[in-house]
Amino acid sequence: MTQVGIPRGLFYFYQYPLWKTFFRDLGAEVVTSSSTGRQTIDVGIVHTVDECCLPIKVYFGHIHELIQLRPDYIMAPRLVSIEYRSYICPKFMGIPDMIRASLPDCPPLIDITIDCSRDTRQLWKDIYRVGALFNADRRKVKSAYEHGLQALKSLCVLTRQGYTQHEAIELWENYCLEQAELNSGDLTVGVLGHGYSLYDPAVSLQLIERLRGLGCKAVLLESCPRDAVEQAAAQIPKKMFWTLGRKMLGSALVMDQSADIDGIVYLACFGCGPDSMVGDIVGRKVRHKPFMLVTIDEHSGEGGLVTRLEAFCDMLRRKKVQKLESDLSAYGIHAHCR
Amino acid sequence: MKVTFPHMGFMHIVVKSLLEGLHREVVVPPPISQHTLALGIKYAPEFTCLPLKIGLGNYIEALESGADTIVMAGGWGPCRFGYYAQVQRDILNDLGYDFQMVILEAPDSKISQLLDQLKRLGEKVSFLEAVQAVRFAWYKMAALEKAEQRYLYTLPRTIDKDRAEQLWEQVLSHIDQAGSRKAIDDILAQAMLSWENLPRHHEPLLRIGLVGEVYTVLEPFSNQNIARSLGRLNAEVTNSVQLTEWLNDNLFKGHLFKSRTTHINACARPYLPCSVGGHGRETVGATVDFAQQGYDGVIQVGPLTCMPEIVAQTILLRVSKEEHIPCMTIYFDEHSGTAGIQTRLEAFADMLRRRKALQADYSDVQQGGNVCAVHARG
Ligand code: SF4
Ligand code: SF4
Repeated sequence: MTQVGIPRGLFYFYQYPLWKTFFRDLGAEVVTSSSTGRQTIDVGIVHTVDECCLPIKVYFGHIHELIQLRPDYIMAPRLVSIEYRSYICPKFMGIPDMIRASLPDCPPLIDITIDCSRDTRQLWKDIYRVGALFNADRRKVKSAYEHGLQALKSLCVLTRQGYTQHEAIELWENYCLEQAELNSGDLTVGVLGHGYSLYDPAVSLQLIERLRGLGCKAVLLESCPRDAVEQAAAQIPKKMFWTLGRKMLGSALVMDQSADIDGIVYLACFGCGPDSMVGDIVGRKVRHKPFMLVTIDEHSGEGGLVTRLEAFCDMLRRKKVQKLESDLSAYGIHAHCR
Repeated sequence: MKVTFPHMGFMHIVVKSLLEGLHREVVVPPPISQHTLALGIKYAPEFTCLPLKIGLGNYIEALESGADTIVMAGGWGPCRFGYYAQVQRDILNDLGYDFQMVILEAPDSKISQLLDQLKRLGEKVSFLEAVQAVRFAWYKMAALEKAEQRYLYTLPRTIDKDRAEQLWEQVLSHIDQAGSRKAIDDILAQAMLSWENLPRHHEPLLRIGLVGEVYTVLEPFSNQNIARSLGRLNAEVTNSVQLTEWLNDNLFKGHLFKSRTTHINACARPYLPCSVGGHGRETVGATVDFAQQGYDGVIQVGPLTCMPEIVAQTILLRVSKEEHIPCMTIYFDEHSGTAGIQTRLEAFADMLRRRKALQADYSDVQQGGNVCAVHARG
């Protein structure tokens, strides 16, 4: 049986069910790398240039692990855009070429171009091309892809309840999840960040899990009402052309206005281009809630993060007790956990 | 209305000429200095790229000297540049400056849209005057580029490096003041002659291609004047980025002349078949092109954390191996020290000289046999 490897990094956290379903329907076996660990990060660091952001390094660690499993193909799409006139990040656009340059012994890549910035014609052409690798006719390919999209929808149902993308994927795949204390806690905190860093516990240093442990209910972008988010994001003078950035900004604005939210945390990656802009814009526009920007990289330790989260939660509780309402925007509490 | 704009190499000379041709009063920001940078660092988001910070410093200094309108290019992703103006405007507003920001967006298709935007910038300008202003500014720019090329050619070859540099500074200020094509032609001819007459040495030369992010290549302050440092090491530098070409590609969508971009993209194709925003693909393509022209080495420059250049840098590892060309990447940020960079440039130049000498020996032995495999395409 043909094996397709899917690395557990970057768009794994957004699209894994889609591609897993798709390839399985085409009759392939899907293998993944293991969950991110210190080992993944260390290997990734060796195979990337120093200046890369952490998520790319982690991704390369996963690719490296997959290569050892010698699957027939590795799924490494060139992700340009997932919606009209918007982009993800320049680095996503060069992923397959970067892999070929730094890991030359890697099996053939399924490097389809996902570019919906104009229309989806190119995407479909590429999807059929992939189907041909598995001797599938167009009808079969089409239905496999649509089946995959359905799987993504079922993921949305879970994330809307407050599960992270990561937890939702685990639930989708294994039907079970160990801990999931979603709705308890005396504080409600909005948590933002690129999914592949925020929802990967090893990358985010378990930011969400820690917040929950500190008695916070974590409200994530995926559970915010989509229309309200888009409306809020449209308020700024120039629409943001990064899909994830726009959603984070919109959600932050929604959270800023929402009575339930006590504070907002933004997880940024050191060296990340979009974060360097979006984090700042969000910080400027959030006026009613305490806001904390946490910047991480491969050298960040848990200690610094824990201290900061605790201090932040204490502050939120004090504010709550004092019933000192909103107005004080705490823009400027930047915590760099380096 | 007093108009200002960000610095980028000698672009201010061109833009000033253009705006004055549109009957606008212009406030050229003071030359970029440590003070400019300090202002940018103080107010810009900490982790944004260097061009945003320096640009912000330019604006603050210009607004302080009386400007009230900022003209800036826009853009639509995928890189940060398209959002520069928005962030800078918010920061300046928060600082309490009273100003207007005019953002020139590259037209989706028609060049007339761009001319319209330019015309609106002008005050009571006829269409003809607008066109004339554009053409004169362009003439200046082309002359400056020619002069720069000659300067970069002369600097490594002469013993009187100081004089060669002085002449370049002079050309810059004279062309800035020139009011007619005739004057520009004269300045150019004069400078060419003076460079020609400088005493030469007969030491071996290195040829180095400079590739990378546009601003860093074009703005000497941001790259610690790398071309000058290399010239003083008897290395001739060729810029892969030319302002005329860049404007033609990005603002005029290639309508003005046939640029080398098609060729450069073709060179990049085996390694990077599509755009990655910014100048990433061009960096890869230009490196391949330099290798095929027989250059001794390539230096890639960019601001620290520059996304397209990080993609390109990764791919250059492979290009370097397969095209047999040594490459070095230098990122610049506010912490880059002059001394550190000088050391790296010297080490790189030394390595290239040794490599060259080895290859020469090798080809003597092989009598020109299969050295092509190593590196002898030029
Ligand atoms: S968006 Fe940021 S974190 Fe993600 S790949 Fe790009 S630079 Fe890295
Ligand atoms: S190309 Fe580089 S310097 Fe330009 S906006 Fe992008 S990251 Fe910044």
